[in-house]
This record gives sequence, structure tokens and C-alpha cells, in this order.
Amino acid sequence: MSNTRYSAFKVLKEALTGHKGWEPVWRDAEPKADGYDVIIVGGGGHGLATAYYLAKNHGITNVAVLERGWIGSGNVGRNTTIIRSNYLLPGNEPFYELSMQLWENLEQDLNYNAMVSQRGIMNLIHNDAQRDAFIRRGNAMLFADAGAEYLEAKDVKERYPFLDMDNARFPIKGALAQPRGGTVRHDAVAWGYARGASDLGVDIIQNCEVTGFNIENGVCLGVKTAKGDIKANRVGVCVAGSSGRVMAKVGIKLPIESHVLQAFVTEGLKPVMDNVITFGAGHFYCSQSDKGGLVFGGDIDAYNTYAQRGNLPVVEDVCSGGMAIMPIVGRARLLRMWGGIVDMSMDGSPFIDSTEIEELFFNGGWCYGGFKATPASGYCYAHLLATDESHEVATAYRLDRFRRGAMIDEKGVGAQPNLH
Amino acid sequence: MIINHPLLGPRDSEEFVYLGSADLIDRPDWESRTVADDFHQYQYIRENIAGDNRELWYHEQGDQSWLLVTRNTLTHEIINVELAQDVSRSMGRGK
Repeated sequence: MSNTRYSAFKVLKEALTGHKGWEPVWRDAEPKADGYDVIIVGGGGHGLATAYYLAKNHGITNVAVLERGWIGSGNVGRNTTIIRSNYLLPGNEPFYELSMQLWENLEQDLNYNAMVSQRGIMNLIHNDAQRDAFIRRGNAMLFADAGAEYLEAKDVKERYPFLDMDNARFPIKGALAQPRGGTVRHDAVAWGYARGASDLGVDIIQNCEVTGFNIENGVCLGVKTAKGDIKANRVGVCVAGSSGRVMAKVGIKLPIESHVLQAFVTEGLKPVMDNVITFGAGHFYCSQSDKGGLVFGGDIDAYNTYAQRGNLPVVEDVCSGGMAIMPIVGRARLLRMWGGIVDMSMDGSPFIDSTEIEELFFNGGWCYGGFKATPASGYCYAHLLATDESHEVATAYRLDRFRRGAMIDEKGVGAQPNLH
Repeated sequence: MIINHPLLGPRDSEEFVYLGSADLIDRPDWESRTVADDFHQYQYIRENIAGDNRELWYHEQGDQSWLLVTRNTLTHEIINVELAQDVSRSMGRGK
């Protein structure tokens, strides 16, 4: 166990003593023969956060996180790093605001530099109807203490003169801003939670694919893995992107389709934007990383897939969205592009719930917005796993909500996952 | 991806709009005793197959036909393309 406390003093000391005192950030474990109180399937951001909060908030430390590859190799390392709590609906907004508050204290809590940068997010407005809708959303944000500001077009232009304010089709009329939004160094979130959980006694077991579940009389007793059977009193699945494949092993079908979302980064440029900017008339969002690259993304590819790569029509669509609001991107060269598989749910909102199998729990359906939810997802999933009750901000995230007609459909597009 | 249209030959997938699982052809009987369950399954629950998936694509920028495409969701390989109306009729449904 590392237990090394990171500080400026520690950095200075190591600099003067040849960096011989650093230890591995977390402990690479092997499965215990006598099993665990809780097994978390999936060593991504949400799974590691769940294990951390189980240990920290609920004192449950006999926990294993099982990861098929290496931790953080899925969507926590593939997203565009944006955090925000600018949702409209009551089922969502308090949850994402809890997440934002956890982000704000994350580094102190974990003693780990996750480069949380509350640089602000700005959603551009292009017509009067959209202004009405965004002001309504801004009011919903104010009700949840998330903070929101309305910016006039002249304020937007003053801050970002490179924006194409008078575009013939998509003129910029203003913006809805959330100054507390921003970006976080995504890999560091996985590493920080892994370190925090490991230090509290959680076993992080990599290269350990779950190949099945041991179920007797409708009760889950553990998992079958590449490293043999592992017993557990309770199992929490947390594998967004692969939810369909994992839950198929117990015959549970979900209100989810798997789709690919692509992301892009340009070569490094001098500082040009100190904010996250989103296009309101198409789908394009962009921020500048600390290395200088413009990090951006847009729509999903819109067909079912489990391949972690997309196709060119969406690349063109995303780039044309960028050109419509900030033509300066046309002069930048694309450095890299990649894809991640996301759980697109039937109403665009996630699930944190028990299942029809006793002692088997499910967390998934994060669509393309799972990264910002990481702390609250772990916090609320740990609460459910420890107490058998939904956390008060996650009570709407039930698997049976479609049967009850209690959808949480932010965009109002209905049961068409590729449109959310 | 290139979709081999049965009538028009190979076409870029960009000309199409994707709807989803071909199970959507098989709309439940609205007079069934289990109609609420049936429609919940039909509308909201998906197999979400990792492998050969049967799915509906609409040729919006072409001849406006619905195609039933069998495509591998792990490799994007397109294995078979049929006119959805032929499949629907062979199931005893209308077009």
C-alpha cells in the first residue's frame, strides 16, 4: 500500500534525492480465495469511484474491482473531459450538481492532482426560440444552486472575437454560461480514484474479464472470471458501453443500445480559448487542453456498434459544425481521433438500480455524458450497494421507468437512442 | 460503410438514416391481453447484439426504401441486404 501523501514538500524532497522514494500509485491485486463483500465489475472511472466511496463513506473495504483490460482503458480515457451541471429536468439536475460539488473537492479529497479546471462552459444561442429554452434551463440550474449566466451577443464577441457571430445560417445571438463548468484531466480521475480506493483496502484486479455470473435460485453468489470463480455477497456491474454484452450473460435485456462516439484533438496551438464552447444549432463542443490542442466532438455515429472506431461521415459532420461557429479550426491540423462505445439509453438518461436477480446491481446507460457524472455515479452507486436504497438525487434512475412512463428525456426525442 | 442496395447497387451509408433493430418490423398486436408488456418490450427493450445484427436503414437520399441490413456490430462488415418490405411480407405482415 502506498500511503504516500503528495505535497509540494514531497516533490521537492524527491527532486533532491533522485526520485527514489516514489511508489506505485495503487496496489495491483490478485483475487482473494474467500471472496469479497462487494465485487465491482468494470475498472473505469465509475467503477473505481464506486469502490472508493464504498470504502470511504460506508466503511465497506472488502471490495474488488475487476477490469478486463487495464484500469481507465475505456471511456474515462476517451472522452472530451468536460464537466458541467447544466441540465433541465428535476430527475437529472440535482444529481449532476452533486457531481459538480464532488468535482470541486475531488483533489483535496483524493490528495491527487486531477487538474480540475473550472474554466466555464458556454452554450451558444442562435435564435429566439433557443434563447427562451436556454433561459428556462438557466432558471432550472439556478433552482439547483448550479449557477447560470445569460450572455448577450456583444459579451460573447468581446470574449471570443474569433467566433463567426454573423454566420448567415447560424448567427450567434448570445449564450447560456455555467461559470463553474470546465474540464478535468480524465486519466487522472481513474488513477486518483484507484489510489484512493487501493489505500482504503480495495483490491484492483486487472486483466480479469468477467465471463459469467454464478447464480443460484435467483441470487447472485459471485462471478466467473479469467482468473477463476470469485465469491461475493453482492455484485455491482458498472461497464457502460459493454452493458449489453455483460448483462446478456445473465439473460437481462436492457433499454440500451451501444453506439460509438468519436472525439478529436488538433495539434498544439497557442492559448486561444479559456472556456468550453458548444454550438447550439448543430452538435459541436470544443475546449483547449493545457497542451494547446483543441479537443472537440459532436454527434454519435448513430448505428449500433461495439467497435471502438467510427466512420468518416460523422468526422465531416463534426468538423463542419466547428467551421460554422469558429472558422479558425479550419487552419488547424487534426492530430488524433478516436472512438469510445457508449450505452445510449431510450431516454438519454442513465440507470443506477437493482436488478431482477438478488444481489446483482446495475449502473449504466450514461449515453455520451458519463464522464462529468463520474463522482456522483460512484457516490450514489456506493450508497445503493451499501444501504439497498437509492441516494436521494438518483431516485429517478430506475430500470422500470419506461414501464411507468417516468422517462427523463432532456431532448424530448422519444425512444430513439441515436438521437439523444 | 457501403450498403449494397438490392435495387440500386452499392451506396454510401451516408445516404441512409438508421432506425434500429429489425425487430421493429414485428409490431405487437394491439388487441392482445398482454399489450402493455408487449409494447414495452417492443418500444424500449433491445437485444443490443455484439455480432451479426439485423437492422433497419431508410434510404432517405435515394429511393426512400426501407432496407433490412445484416451487419456485424464488432467489425462493421455488412453481410446481407434485403428490402424490408420483402421480409415483412414473408412474415405474413403487410409492407
